[in-house]
Amino acid sequence: MILDGKCPSGPLSEKWEKRLHEMRLVGPANKRKFTVIVVGAGLAGTSASATLAELGYKVEVFCYQDSPRRGHSISAQGGINAAKNYPNDGDSVYRLFYDTVKGGDFRSREANVYRLAAVSSNIIDQCVAQGVPFARDYAGYLENRSFGGALVSRTFYARGQTGQQLLLGAYSALCRQIKAGSVRVHPRTEMLDLVVVDGEAKGITTRNLITGEIASYAGDAVCLCSGGYSNVYCLSTNAMGSNVTATYRAFKKGAFFANPCFNQIHPTCIPVTGEHQSKLTLMSESLRNDGRVWVPGKKGDKRPPKEVPEAERDYFLERKYPSYGNLSARDVASRATKEVCDEGLGVGPGGRGVYLDFADAISRLGEEKVRERYGNLFEMYEKITAEDAYKQPMRIYPAPHYAMGGLWVDYNLQSNIPGLFVLGEANFSDHGANRLGASALMQGLADGYFIIPYTIADYLAATTPGKVKADHAEFGKSREDVDGRTRKLISLKGSKTVNELHRELGKIMWEYVGMSRSAESLRKALKLIPELRAEFWENVRVPGSGAELNQELEKAGRVADFLEFGELIAYDALHRNESCGAHFREEFQTPDGEARRDDEKFCYVAAWEFKGEGGEPELHKEPLVFETVRLATRSYK
Amino acid sequence: MNLTLYIWRQKGPDETGKMERHDARDVSRDMSFLEMLDVVNEGLVKNGKEPVAFDHDCREGICGMCSLVVNGVPHGRKEKTTVCQLHMRHFKDGDAIYIEPWRARAFPVIKDLIVDRSAMERIMYSGGYISVHTGGVPDGNAVLISKEDAETAMDAAECIGCGACIAACPNGSAMLFTAAKVSHLATLPQGRIEAAVRVCAMTEAMAGQGFGNCSNHYECEAVCPKGISVKFIAKLNREFMRAAFIKWKRERND
Repeated sequence: MILDGKCPSGPLSEKWEKRLHEMRLVGPANKRKFTVIVVGAGLAGTSASATLAELGYKVEVFCYQDSPRRGHSISAQGGINAAKNYPNDGDSVYRLFYDTVKGGDFRSREANVYRLAAVSSNIIDQCVAQGVPFARDYAGYLENRSFGGALVSRTFYARGQTGQQLLLGAYSALCRQIKAGSVRVHPRTEMLDLVVVDGEAKGITTRNLITGEIASYAGDAVCLCSGGYSNVYCLSTNAMGSNVTATYRAFKKGAFFANPCFNQIHPTCIPVTGEHQSKLTLMSESLRNDGRVWVPGKKGDKRPPKEVPEAERDYFLERKYPSYGNLSARDVASRATKEVCDEGLGVGPGGRGVYLDFADAISRLGEEKVRERYGNLFEMYEKITAEDAYKQPMRIYPAPHYAMGGLWVDYNLQSNIPGLFVLGEANFSDHGANRLGASALMQGLADGYFIIPYTIADYLAATTPGKVKADHAEFGKSREDVDGRTRKLISLKGSKTVNELHRELGKIMWEYVGMSRSAESLRKALKLIPELRAEFWENVRVPGSGAELNQELEKAGRVADFLEFGELIAYDALHRNESCGAHFREEFQTPDGEARRDDEKFCYVAAWEFKGEGGEPELHKEPLVFETVRLATRSYK
Repeated sequence: MNLTLYIWRQKGPDETGKMERHDARDVSRDMSFLEMLDVVNEGLVKNGKEPVAFDHDCREGICGMCSLVVNGVPHGRKEKTTVCQLHMRHFKDGDAIYIEPWRARAFPVIKDLIVDRSAMERIMYSGGYISVHTGGVPDGNAVLISKEDAETAMDAAECIGCGACIAACPNGSAMLFTAAKVSHLATLPQGRIEAAVRVCAMTEAMAGQGFGNCSNHYECEAVCPKGISVKFIAKLNREFMRAAFIKWKRERND
């Protein structure tokens, strides 16, 4: 099937305006008759819930955490992009748009990205009005800093906790609606199934994580804002609970999954220390503004970093990419890091690390200035490694971080199932094959505050409110499925823990479907993952029962989905016979080791349709039409 | 290193709990405290026992989910550190470690080390916001904010809502938590307009949720993983007095 993104026609800069005019509206008196279900309470879910409720819709919001203030957006450190051009350094909506399309290696939908850039400025204004304490200069104006993949300073920030402040801003807007009675929050509740009635998304089935109760909720539309799937690698920068379950369950109910092989490996994370490692901690990319990345020029150089003379150091990012240097795009920096470590030049335990050195910045700016900019990051690094980064360089290594892939959506953020909308990291639309720094916060809030409120009305206006109730037979069937699966997991009583099996999956994914892949490694993964999945369903041990708070059961359900989803990533990566952005196929590279894209054959979105467990999914394509941008080889040299 | 753990076990909110002894063997110095518990739990699962339930999520010290009292101190003894960021290098071989849930009247235990913190949520719902609609707001630079005020607001806004301040307070008071939000918003020009209404609503909600009052022990600041200062409690009190005065004046004019 050829998919249509349903972008408006006309000049790029007028598309959104045109769509806004075309879309139907729901009258103020009718809005309260509609119920919208929102799954997930990160930036996208919280901002969407608050805004939809404020418009008058009844909103039911679900999250697995104990409060909607804890979604993993909270961990984003560095900042949020906006084309304000406050520093007068030549930024514009078009430039932000172009940087994002280029950063995504020309695999994103032009019209979506332009809209994102166009609303970026509104986000900053909105957040300031909510009381987000962005950094200010001495005259009281908003401060900006530069970020990877851009030559202008367009990143707004609140110390190293920008994600936290933006999420708390959205959460405060949500609190206001909760008080007004227009939103009901369901914390510690996990969505385990999507309910589709007559081809339209009309509700979800959930498990109450405290009582174990399996319940159904009916609504007129469902918004999935459940984040990304990097935990398929087991070790990632995501929160422990981040999972693919909500989107994968929707996939199994017919929603197409787009570009699952586009998964970003972030260059600046703290290296692994041992088998016990439960997650990886990211150090904001903003550190690359002032930190210089290097390794010793000679293999096996065991000298402490300070004793390696300048001439014997290899500042490999500056050497390979003179114009962007330490600020080259994430995928480029990650691969370059892996390469030098593969060559045996890496530092720290197991040689899996490179230095990120602030000595120059400290002598140029003084320790105080560096502390002001990155103090909390240095503290965090010290807590984890017991090393003082003011005195010796940090050690960093890449780690899975962000999913550019996600459920397929059209320009209105609606999936191929009518009534199912997908926002934020959970959809695929804006970042192509690689996301630039400080763009995730921008997208989550753009979707939630400024896009879904309009586009959802276009769908709802054509439906009858409350048409499907929770006593519909499909809900009963869905509850039975969820219940059956829960009972099965409990009944297995095998000998391996969920964590053990998750770690094994992570190793397969990292080794064969990781930062660089080949047809051979992917075929291997396609053999190993089903074997591991079979083992899981015979040999996993989940203690306790389903009718109580049972964290092992929660994990088991999520890992079971990852064990199917990993295969989908491998299928996607195997079919895409090109290298682009975060997807690097060893067979497709230039003589100097850069990604070689194939615009003739692969300038499309790969959207996969579920065809039964263990069966090969079916590929559908949405051709990417670039009306404005000329496809170019991405270069940070 | 090898450690002896005494962990609070409680099946449900209405059950009686007790401390249970567990041995943690071959603990690496590089593990985080929660990773050490992960390893203990894996052992329990393997031996057919029930693992210890505890809250955690980001493991980066920012989501505010983790909530353990370690040797009598919420988040453990390392300053300005959540328990997920506390590393085992701060313990030594042979140590006995006591691990308990947050203890406060407003925080009923759900299971083992997990407590119900929804009382804090209800304080936020009562007024922890600026009443702004989405859209229709002025340019971000239209209202200037002095660097000093922006920094002060940020100092208060850093609160992660973990509840350690409440668990540490002998009165189980939510004063620092509430004060942080009141101060964050009242320091900014955008939040100034509703400051009086907000401080009254939030303090009233606080009193209604089973939290005790503040009697200046400052245990809250000492355990706060973000180092939120008790000066914000003074700010809350000032805001409250000011609101009371405004109310009094208004009533007199009526």
